[in-house]
Amino acid sequence: MRHQKAGRKLGRTSSHRKAMFRNMLTSLFEHEKIETTDAKAKELRKIAEKIVTLGKKGDLHSRRQVLRVISDKKIAKNLFDQIAPRYQSRNGGYTRIFKVGRRHGDNAPLSLIELIPEENVQKPKKRASGQQKKIAAASTAPK
Amino acid sequence: MALPKRRHSKSRRDKRRTHDRLSSPQTTLCPQCNEPKLPHRVCLGCGTYKGKTVLEVKEI
Repeated sequence: MRHQKAGRKLGRTSSHRKAMFRNMLTSLFEHEKIETTDAKAKELRKIAEKIVTLGKKGDLHSRRQVLRVISDKKIAKNLFDQIAPRYQSRNGGYTRIFKVGRRHGDNAPLSLIELIPEENVQKPKKRASGQQKKIAAASTAPK
Repeated sequence: MALPKRRHSKSRRDKRRTHDRLSSPQTTLCPQCNEPKLPHRVCLGCGTYKGKTVLEVKEI
């Protein structure tokens, strides 16, 4: 049974996986977007969201917790000072994954994972207008 | 041990294989550049997804 066995192993030992995701997180927070395989992007999303949440907290303890994962102090500082503040109005969903086709060589499905850029952070507004549209559509539909 | 009594003709073999065809991948048209693209993927023709989001500029 696969009860309680969430997550992917990605064909790696746990130490290999841990090291890989540390590298990937560092790259993601440095460059804001990285290209990788679908499966790795989906796993990275889980960890990255948690790191951003720590970034939003911003106290000494959370800073130390982030530095356990992202050893580059410049990138960690940037996370707390630049990246995390722009998500104050958002509860989760700090990353976005686009599927971008397949890799030459092994035909692996590739994705682009990015931190939601500053100008697109205001999602709640969009959702409200979407609901209005639905209501509008529902009210016009019966006629 | 069970063994075939007769060799199957080319015709029988080929008839069996009539159902083995491959189907072509489902595509949609990109609303931006009208090129065929795979659903739920970034359009590789113009590098857009869901309207305005230009993700990567691809040059040939």
